[in-house]
Amino acid sequence: MIEKALTGNRSYWLWILFLLALIAVGAASYRDQLDYGLGITGMGRDISWGVYIGQFTFMVGVAASAVMLVLPYYLHDYKAFGRIVVLGEFLAVAAVVMCMSFVIVDMGKPSRLLNILLYPTPQSLVFWDVVVLNGYLALNIVCGWVTLEAERQEVPPPRWIRPLIYLSIPWAISIHTVTAFLYAGMPGRGLWLTAILAPRFLASAFAAGPALLIVLSALLKRVSGFDAGGEAIGKLATIVLYASIVNFFFLAMEFFTAFYSGIPAEERSLDYLFFGLDGHAALRPYMWLSVAIGAAAVIVLSVPRLRSRERYLVAASAAMFVSLWIDKGVGLIIGGFIPSPLETVTEYAPTLHEVLITLGVWATGSLVLTLLYKTAISVKQSG
Amino acid sequence: MDHDRRHFLIRAGSAALFGLGAAAGLPALAATRLLPAASGHGAGNAVRWGMLVDMTRCVEPCSSCIDACHSVHNVPHFDNPKDEIKWIWKMDYANAFPDSGQFASSRQTAAPVLALCNHCANPPCVRVCPVQATFKREDGIVEMDFHRCIGCRFCMAACPYGSRSFNWRDPRPFIEKYDYGYPTREAGVVEKCNFCSERLARGRQPACVEACKNRALVFGNLNDPGSELRRQLSSRVTLQRKPELGTQPSVFYAFERGHD
Repeated sequence: MIEKALTGNRSYWLWILFLLALIAVGAASYRDQLDYGLGITGMGRDISWGVYIGQFTFMVGVAASAVMLVLPYYLHDYKAFGRIVVLGEFLAVAAVVMCMSFVIVDMGKPSRLLNILLYPTPQSLVFWDVVVLNGYLALNIVCGWVTLEAERQEVPPPRWIRPLIYLSIPWAISIHTVTAFLYAGMPGRGLWLTAILAPRFLASAFAAGPALLIVLSALLKRVSGFDAGGEAIGKLATIVLYASIVNFFFLAMEFFTAFYSGIPAEERSLDYLFFGLDGHAALRPYMWLSVAIGAAAVIVLSVPRLRSRERYLVAASAAMFVSLWIDKGVGLIIGGFIPSPLETVTEYAPTLHEVLITLGVWATGSLVLTLLYKTAISVKQSG
Repeated sequence: MDHDRRHFLIRAGSAALFGLGAAAGLPALAATRLLPAASGHGAGNAVRWGMLVDMTRCVEPCSSCIDACHSVHNVPHFDNPKDEIKWIWKMDYANAFPDSGQFASSRQTAAPVLALCNHCANPPCVRVCPVQATFKREDGIVEMDFHRCIGCRFCMAACPYGSRSFNWRDPRPFIEKYDYGYPTREAGVVEKCNFCSERLARGRQPACVEACKNRALVFGNLNDPGSELRRQLSSRVTLQRKPELGTQPSVFYAFERGHD
């Protein structure tokens, strides 16, 4: 079936070439990083995780959001998602591939990756993250591929796939819960030490993932003529709307707890991100941009006259995706390190190498997504 | 590259790719092996090493303890603070003890405070390490295995005292004078104070303690009620850093008091 990804028009191959070029540039930069060490990035003693771990965290959410298609379709027999449920599963596959790549490029000693398996350590959340992410990757490859193959042969999917599909639903919740626990269990990091971190992660994931799917569906319609269907897109927009409202509600709760309690350790990171701390405010414009475009997107998505126009809907979805990317992929991770446990403020900005490696990983994910989507859409269009 | 080595690397590479996918299938067999790291708070053991930093005896400007430590452990010197590696260092009182010391005597708050790994009885860094490269020994020392560390820096995020440093680049060119009594490190691993476990094994005091001529650093066994350290701790008012986090530091501080 994958052979369908090996045929395409000129622009398809140009896009593939473009992605391969980005991957090559990323790989060359990664070689430099391997030679020099992680000091080639903007990270340092005070800000010891940066854009890599930020992207990792955000992409786990995108991966988890496939459940927003799988659950209504398979548990509630919501037929409108029938055409796109495989797109959700394949998006999860590409997103998990990106997650794993980001973790590996962030490692100081990638040659010792297998130590995680040689010395399995259940008290460390990393162990569980490796388990759930690999499991989720396998589940989505198998579920997506087997149902697509059945569709190609115009037969019902085999019965044994049902339990795996049902298993993928709680499994999706687990990947983002465990990822939140990576952060939420550490003393002395006020921004992360909050019981609603996992719920907030899930809320932002269920907004960002479907928002990306709306944008991708619009793109697919333009480049391949594949129509996801108005009802499915409309339902996705509703999911984005409510999930993002819950996310912003959670953010407001963080503000209340921190600033009403007046506990400095709770306040300082939020202070830095949104208002500035000790004269440092590099992320302040981005955080307010995130709030502004997120709020604008909520308005567009909640007014029927606006969201029914495709151009507005796609723009609002893209804005929501960017808003949540800033909030989680940038602010949440960097903000956790500012101020440092020693109450000093060191700011962070990624270096060129870091940006190129990050783009290389994004291109890798996009390549995986392109090949899988090309296969899926060829199957659906030949049927 | 010779043939065997090349062969090995190719095999290891494909094993790594395969292993990543197979992670979910591996049995979790570590629970029992974790015991030294995970079990409790050092109670019941004969030895729990600890230290009192007696700031009434620490004078400015003096860096004998820092120099001694960094020289015997081959700690590199970087000018860029981003790359900095430090095992023991001085910092302002307000940074060591945030949100405390309001209206305290300037004798307490004015002088820079010595900071090092607290060798917590309940260490968050040990809890989060995915490969047990940092672990708590029977004698309470929180130790590092530089050869197992994968460089994920989870321990740095977990340490509430900023006591851990990462080798952001090859440290060896930045070591002023090699000391062959202790290994150097490579780029990509975390390091920190080890209470001079290599010297304790030979019956010597930690390098910083030995180097301090004013005897401002009192090192000893916290589980021995008769030790000099315990005698000092019971007869004076002392502080631990961020005790509210439940980490139970083994490093204590005594300050000079009195009206300015």
